Amino acid sequence: MNATASLQTVLEAGQPVAEHRPWPRVIVTPELWTTLSEGLARGSWTLLGLWGESGTVHLAVYEAPGEFGIASLPCPDGRFPSVGRLHPPAQRLERTIADLVGLQPVDAPDSRPWLDHDRWPVRHPLGSATPPSQTLPPYRFLPVIGESLHQIPVGPVHAGIIEPGHFRFTANGEAVVRLEERLGYVHKGIESLLQGASLEKAARLVGRVSGDSTVAYALAFARAVEAATETEIPVRAHGLRALMAELERLANHFGDIGAICNDAAFALMLAHCAVLREQVLRASMACFGHRLLMDRIVPGGVATDLPVDGIAILREFIAGCRRQFPPLVELYDNTASLQQRTVDTGFVKPALIQQFGCGGPIGRAGGRTFDARCQPGYPPYDELEFTIPRRTDSDVNSRIWLRIGEVEQSLALIEQILERLPSGPVHGALNMPGRMGEGVALVEGFRGDILVWLRLNADSTVARCHPRDPSWFQWPVLEAAIENNIVADFPLCNKSFNGSYSGHDL
Amino acid sequence: MALIMDYLVQGGQMLLMLLLAPLLTGWVRVLKAQLLRRRGPSLLQPYRDLLKLLRKEVVLADSASWLFRVAPYIIFAAIWVAASLIPTFAGGLLFNWTADLIAIVALLGAARFFLALAGLDVGTSFGGIGSSREMMIASLAEPAMLMVVFTLSLLAGSTGLTTVAHFMQVADVGLRVSLALALLALLMVAIAENARIPVDNPATHLELTMVHEAMVLEYSGRHLALIELAASLKLLLYISLISCIFAPWGMASVGEEGMVYLVGIAAYIGKLAVGGFLLALFETSIAKMRVFRVDQFLGAALMLGLLGALLLFVSRSL
Repeated sequence: MNATASLQTVLEAGQPVAEHRPWPRVIVTPELWTTLSEGLARGSWTLLGLWGESGTVHLAVYEAPGEFGIASLPCPDGRFPSVGRLHPPAQRLERTIADLVGLQPVDAPDSRPWLDHDRWPVRHPLGSATPPSQTLPPYRFLPVIGESLHQIPVGPVHAGIIEPGHFRFTANGEAVVRLEERLGYVHKGIESLLQGASLEKAARLVGRVSGDSTVAYALAFARAVEAATETEIPVRAHGLRALMAELERLANHFGDIGAICNDAAFALMLAHCAVLREQVLRASMACFGHRLLMDRIVPGGVATDLPVDGIAILREFIAGCRRQFPPLVELYDNTASLQQRTVDTGFVKPALIQQFGCGGPIGRAGGRTFDARCQPGYPPYDELEFTIPRRTDSDVNSRIWLRIGEVEQSLALIEQILERLPSGPVHGALNMPGRMGEGVALVEGFRGDILVWLRLNADSTVARCHPRDPSWFQWPVLEAAIENNIVADFPLCNKSFNGSYSGHDL
Repeated sequence: MALIMDYLVQGGQMLLMLLLAPLLTGWVRVLKAQLLRRRGPSLLQPYRDLLKLLRKEVVLADSASWLFRVAPYIIFAAIWVAASLIPTFAGGLLFNWTADLIAIVALLGAARFFLALAGLDVGTSFGGIGSSREMMIASLAEPAMLMVVFTLSLLAGSTGLTTVAHFMQVADVGLRVSLALALLALLMVAIAENARIPVDNPATHLELTMVHEAMVLEYSGRHLALIELAASLKLLLYISLISCIFAPWGMASVGEEGMVYLVGIAAYIGKLAVGGFLLALFETSIAKMRVFRVDQFLGAALMLGLLGALLLFVSRSL
């Protein structure tokens, strides 16, 4: 295979799977798998996901500007050629596959477990699911060699009420020499629960993978189901889904902007942003009957239609935001003591952002342009006008500005959606073809692109479903962001990333 | 009889400081909350917190030695004594003649020394970080404080606080550059010493950014109550010190009778309220600075203090 072949050419060499939609999924040989790994390492393509099921590993790849594909490698002997060996972003995903399914990456540079902390009643819950016969060796953190270095273990239980994660700092005085993360403390076994679940139950489960992105997850799951069953949903449902997605983005971005500033002890910003966030939640409650919009998006459409006064409520809310938000932006811009903390802090090289394919504000603050609303794109965004903010300075400050830019875009998007919201039904029946179907969807949540891949049984229960959180490609980059910073600036860097523990630990 | 009165006034002052300290902390918290458009906790919340902590059992780390257990009492005692040395509602108290500003600085230094030792003693990484940061801050804050003391003593001819306050109250001091510099330096030192924004954040939950809180992270029960009370006392001490030196109006003098003392107390509480308000306003309007910027901040305080003393020295002797 030519080293510079396009993704399409490479995938054409494999054996396509007919029932997979909308992107091609092909069964590949180990040679083709290695070609794909090399392409990823070369930077021709971006890794979108890597997951396993009994006897097979799947690799989702994106080629700019708009080519997507999934390669599946059968591994009858329980081993597959490591992608992480050539392309580091795949390493934690491979360790997860080894933990959950029991398929071993050959020649993987890091063979330590990742999600399995040796506390589960079974080994390989998605594979053999046998009770553990022996305990795992103690987890070794990477060694650090040098004089006058000391370690600072932080977490998994923190002084504040936040999600659990362990951060092992090696520092020389205040300067961070290395940060190593350990995650997996909130593993809930969602993928196991999804196996055999009815569509209704599965939609609720996927909507709870990461509570702050419940709309985006539910949307991704619904779109994957609709792709697998070849269902067209009513146009009004598309509009309402986008409304909810933008409301969720607004709520989270308001929360993040305030929280980042609060970590620099500037509580004023948090107080005002919290008011704005609360307004989003109240508008959501009034319009859709749930503050966080949980379970409002279901396969086939949406669960609740906008009430009669819904459009007026949302218009009033937008007007309020447009009144209250610009003074806050000005406050941020004019507070020198705050800028002093954020500018140049937590810089990540754009090349690293590109390599890891970081999505969302972190990726777009570091030079990437990728936004799932445009690429692969889904209705109704193809008919709406919006620009995707992009910066290249890649520090905490730029991540705040990017969120500010996205807030403005989301406000404009909601206005456009309201203007052209068609009337009609909001829910349609799914095509139940009575045969197996596979679907995949990529949806832009507030953190970045969420991938949901699933296979439905003939009785339309879920055979296998894999939701991939954007944090998978953001957590590793955080380790690089803290380099050359001081220990005391870590909370600021971390909050500017705001990775999901729950979505990552699954 | 006069001696009994002196004891009574001094005792009253010590008790007043102890009782007012949590109220001042509560007052600053309420104001900060209101400035953020929140309702905020009750003014009395710090008292309730102290009571709650006193009733709770003490949990000690396995690695803690006797030092860790003793430190809270030493810290509390040192700061309480230091606070009792400051003329608040009345000058010329019994203790005022036994100890001067330098003794106050030394007492606070001793308290800090034991707090840092306790932070190191317990052996956690956060305690160590907190102690090392605290010492960095102290190494600049203490000389800056001494410079302020020198400026004042050059001017008033004494390091005794009653004399300084009397001088400021009675003598025609007028506006002096040295005094303005000393005030500024003292304010900066007070912010750093009390672990307030922008040097430290008393309300943070982020372990990695803490200074004072990191050292006391392992304390619980009555130990923590004493440390919290000592921190409140320290804040009260600094606001009292600043108002005693730079706004001594309304203060009663020794040997006066009932009503004058009442006026003194009312004026004192008024000054505390204003001081707390200014602190809350300042803290709300500024973000915390980077840890490595603190030395520049305190270096500026040191230079201001030095400049004040030098100016005075030069204008005097030449």
